[in-house]
Amino acid sequence: MEDPIKLGLAGGWKHIDASALPHSQTIDTDVVIVGTGAGGGVTADLLSAAGLRVVLIEEGPLRSSSDFNMLESEAYPELYQESAARKTADKAINILQGRCVGGSTTVNWTSSFRTPPEVFDFWQRHYGLHELSAESMSSWFAVMEQKLWVRPWDTPPNPNNALLAAGAEKLGIAVGHIKRNVKGCWNLGYCGMGCPTNAKQSMLLTTIPAALNRGATLYSRLRGERLRFDGSQVAALDCSALQPDGIHLSGRRLRFRARHFVLAAGAIGSPALLMRSSVPDPYRLLGKRTFLHPVVISSALMDDRVDAYAGAPQSIYSDHFLRQAPIDGPLGFKLETPPLHPVLYSTTLQGYGEAHARLMRDFTKVNVVLALLRDGFNPASRGGRVRLGAGRLPVLDYPLDAVIWEAARRALLAMAEIQFAAGARWVTPVHETTPGYSTWAAARKGIAELPLEPFLCRVVSAHVMGGCGMADAPQRGVVDHRGRHFWLDNLSVLDGSVFPTSLGVNPQLSIYGLVARNASLLAAELSGRPFPAIP
Amino acid sequence: MTYGRRQFIQTGLAGGLLLSFSGWLNAAGPRRFSAAEREMLGAVVNAMLEGVLPVQDRQRQPLLAQTVDGIATAVAGLSAASQQEIGELFGLLVIAPARMLLAGVGKPWREASVAEVGEFLQSWRFSRLSLLQSAYGALHDLSYGAWYGRPETWDAISYPGPPRGYF
Repeated sequence: MEDPIKLGLAGGWKHIDASALPHSQTIDTDVVIVGTGAGGGVTADLLSAAGLRVVLIEEGPLRSSSDFNMLESEAYPELYQESAARKTADKAINILQGRCVGGSTTVNWTSSFRTPPEVFDFWQRHYGLHELSAESMSSWFAVMEQKLWVRPWDTPPNPNNALLAAGAEKLGIAVGHIKRNVKGCWNLGYCGMGCPTNAKQSMLLTTIPAALNRGATLYSRLRGERLRFDGSQVAALDCSALQPDGIHLSGRRLRFRARHFVLAAGAIGSPALLMRSSVPDPYRLLGKRTFLHPVVISSALMDDRVDAYAGAPQSIYSDHFLRQAPIDGPLGFKLETPPLHPVLYSTTLQGYGEAHARLMRDFTKVNVVLALLRDGFNPASRGGRVRLGAGRLPVLDYPLDAVIWEAARRALLAMAEIQFAAGARWVTPVHETTPGYSTWAAARKGIAELPLEPFLCRVVSAHVMGGCGMADAPQRGVVDHRGRHFWLDNLSVLDGSVFPTSLGVNPQLSIYGLVARNASLLAAELSGRPFPAIP
Repeated sequence: MTYGRRQFIQTGLAGGLLLSFSGWLNAAGPRRFSAAEREMLGAVVNAMLEGVLPVQDRQRQPLLAQTVDGIATAVAGLSAASQQEIGELFGLLVIAPARMLLAGVGKPWREASVAEVGEFLQSWRFSRLSLLQSAYGALHDLSYGAWYGRPETWDAISYPGPPRGYF
C-alpha cells in the first residue's frame, strides 16, 4: 500500500516535528493556522491556493497509512486527545476527539451531512446570521462534497447498521443512508484508527497535501500557547514544542509573526487559546455554549453474529426523533450505530467481574445503537463551558441536567424498541443499574424507572462544538458570520467552535462548508484577488 | 457491600480526608508506579477481570502483571493533569488508613480476596460521592483497556482481530 504522506515528505514537503527542534526561533509568514482538522485543513488549502505563505500548527503527531495498523492499543494514544479518554471536568462524559495531523477527520467514521436547514433558520432567528442559509451555503457544501468524495455509499450496510434499519422499518420509523467521504473504500471498519487504505478523504490526504505541495509549512508536536496583540492587531503567536511523548513540553518555544492568524483548534482548543491570550471578551461569551451531542447507548444481543467491528461503521441513520417536537422543544435525537472494537466496547460497557465477562463473551453477537442528543436549541440546554485548568490547559464543564436526562430516557426507550423489533433477544442500556431486558414490555417498564444520573448512565461524545459562537453582534457572539473576531482585526476562528448551537448531524461537512466559504473570503481579502464567485 | 461503610464513604468527612490527602500528594508530582501501587492495581485487576482471568493462580499472576504494565502504559499516554489525578488516586489507595476507610479493604492489597476487592469496587461504583464514582470509572476503563488491548485476549470473545495479510 502506497503511503502518499511518506512520498510527499520524500519529495520535499516542509514538515517540522517540533519535538526535535534544538533551538527556540521566531518565524515570519503571511498566515498562521492553529490546528489541522476540518477547519485548519480547508483553510490551509484555500489560502495557499491564493498565493499566501501558510504555516500549519498541530499539537499531535504526523501519522499516515503505513502507521495505521488497526490496533486500538496504538491508535488511541497516538491519534486521539488524551488517548481517547478525554473527559469532562467531572469525568461523567468521555470525549473522542482527534489529535494528529488531520485532526478528527483522520479518525472519524466518515459520516457526512450538510447542516440542516432548520439549524440555519434557528441561527438566523436567534443569532442574526442572515447570511447563512441552506440555499446560500449550498454551493459551498457542493464544492467540498466534490473535493472530498462525499457520495452515497452503495455497499450494503454491515449487519450492525442493517439491524438499525430493519428494526426501525418494522416500527414505521424512517431511516436514511449516510453519505461518506471515501474513495475506493475497502469496507474494513477501522476508520476510527486511521484509514489503512487511504480511502477516507480526510484532511490528511486532501487539503493538507495540497497546501504542502504549494510550499506551506507544517509543524507537528507544537502547541499554540498565546496570541500577542497590541490594540486590535495580533502581532504574534507563541508556541511551545512538545516532547516526543506529546505530553510534556520540550522547553523550545517558537514565535510566529504573521499578517493574519486563524484558530482552528476545535471547540475545546480554540476558546482555550483565546483565554490564555486574555483577548477582549467584554460580554463573557468565550468558552460558553459548548455543545457535545451527548450520546447514550443501547446494546442488544442478537441470535446471529453481527461482527460490528467489520464494515463501514456508520451507513444508516434515523432523524425520526429529531422531528417529534419543535427544534427548541424537548431535545430530539439522531440514531446511528458505532463500530465495536474490544477496547472501545469493553471500556464503555457497564459493570465488572463475571457480569462484564459474560457480556463480552457475546461480543460478536452484539448490536449497538447510539442516540445523539441535539443540545443547544431548547432554552434550558445551554451546553458546557471551557475554562483553563492545570498548566493553563482546557477543561470542559458540561452539566448533565434534567433537559438532557429527559431526552436520554426517551432515546433509551426508542433504541430498545427498535432493537427488539430487529430481533434482539436481550437489550441493555449502557447503564450501571439496569438488569437488561428480554422483552420490549420489560424494557419499557424498566427504562421508565431507571435512575438517570451522571456515572450511572454512560454518556459519551464525539462532536464538540461551540465556545466561540458566531453572531451578528459582539453582545451575542465571539466572531461574526465570517469567523472574524469582533475585537481583533486580523484574527479568524475557522472551525466547529463557531457554531452557536449543536447541529443534530455529524459535524465534519458543516465545518468543511462553512470554512470553505470563510477561508475563501479571507483569501480574497488577504491576497487582493477578486472574491470567489460563490457568495 | 455493607450499609455502614457505604454510609461512611458518603460523609463529608471522608471526602475532606480524600481531598487533603490528594493535596498532600499533589506536591510530590507525577511519578512511576511504586511496588505498592502495582500490588493495589494487581488486586483491582484481579477482581475487575474475574470471569476472564484463568482460575489457576499460577496462570493468573503473569496476566495480572501484564495488565498492570498495560495500565502503566495507558496512564503515561494521558494528559499531565490526568496523570496527576490518577497518581493521586493510586497514591491514596496504597495508604493503609485510606484503603481501610475509603475503600473498606481491611487487609493489605496482596492479601485481599476477589470478593473483598469486589465489594470495594461496588461501593465506589454506587457511591454518592461523584469523586469516588469517577475513580471507579478510571479503574474500570484502565483495567479493561489494558486487558482487551492485547491480541491474546481476543480469542475468548471470538474477535478475529483486524484483517491481515493484504496490505
